[in-house]
Amino acid sequence: MTNFTRIDPMNDARTTVAPHVRDAALPLAPPVKVSARDLNFWYDKFHAVKHINLDVPEKRVTALIGPSGCGKSTLLRVFNRIYALYPKMEAKGEVLLDGENILDPKYPMNRLRSKVGMVFQKPVPFPMTIYENVAYGIRHHEKLGKADLDARVELALRQAALWDEVKDKLKESGLGLSGGQQQRLCIARAVALKPDVLLLDEPTSALDPISTSRIEQLVEELKRDFTIMIVTHNMQQAARVSDYTAFMYLGDMVEHGATEQIFSNPVKQQTEDYITGRFG
Amino acid sequence: MNNHIVKSYDEEQRGLLDELIRMGHMSVSQLEAALDVVERRDDKAAERVIGNDEAIDALEQQVNHDVIRLIRRGPLAGDLRVILAALRVASDIERIGDLAANIAKRSMALNLAPPLPHTRGLDALGRMAARQVRDVLDAYVQRDGEAALRVRASDAELDTLYTGLFRELLTYMMEDARAITPCTHLLFMAKNLERIGDHATNIAENVWFLIHGEELMPPRDKRDGTSTTMV
Amino acid sequence: MSASMTTTIVLSDRDKAAAKLYRRRRLTNIIAIGLACAAAVFGLCFLGWILWTLLSKGLAHLSLSLFTQDQPPPMEAGGLRNAIVGSLMMCGMGIAIGTPLGVAAGTWLAEVGNHRKLGTVVRFVNDILLSAPSIVLGLFVYAAFVMQTGGNFSAIGGALALAFIVLPVVVRTTDEMLRLVPVQMREAALSLGVPQWKVTMQVLYRSALPGIVTGILLALARISGETAPLLFTAFGNEFFSLDVTGAMSAVPLVMYKFAGSGYENWEHLAWAGALLVTLFVLAVSLVARTLLLRNKIAND
Repeated sequence: MTNFTRIDPMNDARTTVAPHVRDAALPLAPPVKVSARDLNFWYDKFHAVKHINLDVPEKRVTALIGPSGCGKSTLLRVFNRIYALYPKMEAKGEVLLDGENILDPKYPMNRLRSKVGMVFQKPVPFPMTIYENVAYGIRHHEKLGKADLDARVELALRQAALWDEVKDKLKESGLGLSGGQQQRLCIARAVALKPDVLLLDEPTSALDPISTSRIEQLVEELKRDFTIMIVTHNMQQAARVSDYTAFMYLGDMVEHGATEQIFSNPVKQQTEDYITGRFG
Repeated sequence: MNNHIVKSYDEEQRGLLDELIRMGHMSVSQLEAALDVVERRDDKAAERVIGNDEAIDALEQQVNHDVIRLIRRGPLAGDLRVILAALRVASDIERIGDLAANIAKRSMALNLAPPLPHTRGLDALGRMAARQVRDVLDAYVQRDGEAALRVRASDAELDTLYTGLFRELLTYMMEDARAITPCTHLLFMAKNLERIGDHATNIAENVWFLIHGEELMPPRDKRDGTSTTMV
Repeated sequence: MSASMTTTIVLSDRDKAAAKLYRRRRLTNIIAIGLACAAAVFGLCFLGWILWTLLSKGLAHLSLSLFTQDQPPPMEAGGLRNAIVGSLMMCGMGIAIGTPLGVAAGTWLAEVGNHRKLGTVVRFVNDILLSAPSIVLGLFVYAAFVMQTGGNFSAIGGALALAFIVLPVVVRTTDEMLRLVPVQMREAALSLGVPQWKVTMQVLYRSALPGIVTGILLALARISGETAPLLFTAFGNEFFSLDVTGAMSAVPLVMYKFAGSGYENWEHLAWAGALLVTLFVLAVSLVARTLLLRNKIAND
């Protein structure tokens, strides 16, 4: 076992750093929160998602990119089984959340819903007051007194960077907010349940650039507390916002890895071509 | 490699490469012209070489401008490496041009003294440096990583030659005090050539970066022993 | 050299050909617009004529006695009180029966049957019912209800027949208004873990409510003027009655009886009734339209 020798530039004396100290300074890969194992998905007869294996690290942002129709939104929607609403949709394989397979029919839906939240492309606040929008989901899962509920609503709105803008108009309709604010309200609604995982399906596609930046800032703050998966067709956004990126094409996972590596020197030529705008 | 969906992107990248090729050719010509000027002891020609350096500087400005234009497209992956490499290579080529012009300038001071035999050694050093620059620019245009490695390796030879010339000149200066002034000029000119070799090595490293990303090049040895040379 | 004040623009052959084409297109445009305007005016003229006739013939006989006195015998003065009350009662009952069924069926169609074949079938059948002649519906109620209860004409029978007209309208409107709610809202509510029925009642209905109410109002406007289905079910009643198990009068029924009778006061009453129904339908339609406009503004 060799000692790592270092020259101290100030004193030019030779000091040694023991290996265990040196190794502790290296960044460790974060634990895996969700992982898909040999996941397949069919729309009726169409094989939309093929043999996907993907590990989603905890409290990091993982981006799914790829051209239209590649299956990225479909894959995202498997992670909270929202596809189960519609007939002729079938998923086979495993999706492990904290080690438990959520595709197993025995896995309680209620637990899944409180652990995995989703935000959609179109901001869709409920036709209720802002307060009610956020409290709606909480009320269903927990019995809280008014003071506790108020605190939870405030916390969720603060986490969504919306509190300052709406604290004086909590009793007003959610539909009266601007597009960017509505989307943040939808995010507040999702984080109010204190999920572990947040699924964001093209959350800024329908928004103007300033609102988009606000939401990107929000994602950076949110990843301290939540594991985030984001589907985006905007390459630059994926490069800006995510820690890990997965590139999909026609249902296959072509490549996935650290965002830094994917966007500076991807392994597969197909990935490089898509990222640099040569196809797709 | 496929073309960009937006055609003007490819055109701009091609334009950038053309500018760099032109700069490269000019700098090699300048270097060879400077070595010629030392041989022939021609002051007028030296002044022409010094004047031509402006053109290389102007091209570097142009490259900077074009890189900024390309940055606005938000390049990623390979495209990002292309413009970063272009920026650094342009800077290296511009320095090579400056060093060549400086050699021509010093030759005018050399001409004030009687001719020295060591100019032959300088010429050999210069031709080797010129070959290095030409090879590395070819490697850049062809995106040939192996060729870049070879250029980097051959820098050791250049350094050895330079160290040898360094020793010779020191020895000569010690023997004959009248030779000190011209030899000092020759020393500087030799140093310039050695620096040109280093810039060629930089370009080689950038070629490697262009092709392989941040992968490190295999280790090499440096043979410039002049910092520890005692005579 | 003196400069000329105007410059002449020289037209190329291409310009001239383009100009000719443009002139021809403009002419076609003007003719088409002209014909469309003429058609609109033509239709509006008739509408105006109808309204004018109604107003001129009915306005004069619109008085308080219309609402305070009952249907009179041929030569005597009277009003339409029993008919108005009967219409209101039967329309109210028809709406009360048809709406809950219609909303429930429409909800099923939008939420459950939307992607299924059964849903398509139900929608198709509903559309047939929507365009069924109202007299057929009246005869159906006559056979299935009136005859089964010993041949008794009743307000309930009339209300049933009207309900059959209300039902498909409400089903259709509810179905369409619920389907207009963005699918993401549904998914967002469900992904919070809220059960389906709560989502429907608390989120979807609230979102689609103005549209659904509009549908109900439009159904009301329609049934208030229906005569044929009431002929064999409510039959009509000359006397004031609040008994729903017996025959009941309605304004369209009275109009039917009085209009071609030849008795002057009866004919006056018929015109007054016609005007009344028209004004009622107009009022209800305006309310429905305003509601729908507000809903549209809110949802955009």
